Amino acid sequence: MVSAVTVAEVRGLVADVPDPEIPVLTIADLGVLRDIRVHTGGRIEVDITPTYSGCPAMDAIRTDVLNRLRGAGFDDAEVRLVLAPAWTTDDMSEAGRRKLVDYGIAPPTGRASVTGPVALALAVRCPQCGSVDTRELSRFGSTACKSLWACTTCREPFDYFKVL
Amino acid sequence: MTWSDSDKSVGAYALRLGDDALVLAQRTGEWIAAAPELEEDVALGNIALDLLGQARSLLSYAGETDGSGRSEDDLAYLRDEREFVNAQLVELPNGGFAVTMARLLVFAAYQYELYDRLRESRDETLAAVAAKAVKEVAYHRDHATQWVRRLGDGTDESRRRMQAGLDTVWPYVFELVESDDLVRDLAGAGLAVDPAELQGPVMGYVSGVIDEATLVVPQTSVRHTGGRRGIHTEHMGYLVAEMQHLARSHPGAVW
Repeated sequence: MVSAVTVAEVRGLVADVPDPEIPVLTIADLGVLRDIRVHTGGRIEVDITPTYSGCPAMDAIRTDVLNRLRGAGFDDAEVRLVLAPAWTTDDMSEAGRRKLVDYGIAPPTGRASVTGPVALALAVRCPQCGSVDTRELSRFGSTACKSLWACTTCREPFDYFKVL
Repeated sequence: MTWSDSDKSVGAYALRLGDDALVLAQRTGEWIAAAPELEEDVALGNIALDLLGQARSLLSYAGETDGSGRSEDDLAYLRDEREFVNAQLVELPNGGFAVTMARLLVFAAYQYELYDRLRESRDETLAAVAAKAVKEVAYHRDHATQWVRRLGDGTDESRRRMQAGLDTVWPYVFELVESDDLVRDLAGAGLAVDPAELQGPVMGYVSGVIDEATLVVPQTSVRHTGGRRGIHTEHMGYLVAEMQHLARSHPGAVW
């Protein structure tokens, strides 16, 4: 029913699918949306990559992407999970980092190393009051990608999206 | 489509790595709502989830490459105890918190060195799984390191328990770095990492942490082994029964 579609049009359809656990971020903001291919004959393939190996959001994201495509009349579509290159917090867009702050989550500080010890979190800024007088409560938080922090100035706890 | 012996060997290797991750995920998940503090429930839950994710990738790949056509669920839920090829270390009961942290220290140190090298595998899937997992395991290793230091260099009682935790797991750590023909052949082909190569770096890291924690490296000549051949401790059958209960009670159920 639909004439040939371009990769850019497909990207426009699926880029703002929200992350189910941090709905303020889209899969494009997160860097979870990877390659898109449109084959002759109209078949569409969309690659997504997990943030963590065990990220439970991937099934929901896959379903949401397929629903977007089917809603636009593209039934011949497949969403593929790719692991390489491994996702890193460096893939998160600047817009995504700003949205995280507005949402109350401190964005990752600094760049991820390819391998090596856990990166030191540098001066994590409280997303509520802006103070850098903060401390880590727990290296692990409400989802795999976050750790739990508290602000010494405003005394509020907050999530920090840890460097990976 | 036919499968070469090389594919089958890669499948058997992926199954070992996947079973290690799956069984420790199952054990670690037992801590949720039972850990000493809420933050630790969350931490151990997240570590278990990372391991489960690694297990899913590895078991899916094992089923694809060994020619059996089994899915990740078939492999996790429909094999009997003797068909699991995990090291015995990961099936041991959690014991006290210090036992759990002693095991996590050793196992995360092992996985870290393993995955760091497996990133260079000529097998693209194993390399991709390893490149992803090594970053997660760095957090697991760091978590265990902090606890072992804190408990070892803590009160008399925490120190006693941390040393006892190390003593409990120590007879099982050497199985992780044992070689056999399968891994030697695959390593020779650039596909796998020979575990024997990991003994130095793993023991170097672990003994460094033990030293910082003012504890002592256990001295024992007892070395339990056999998991890679399907020989398990008495604890394994109970773990498998609990893990598989739902899937076996409702064959074919999906959720």
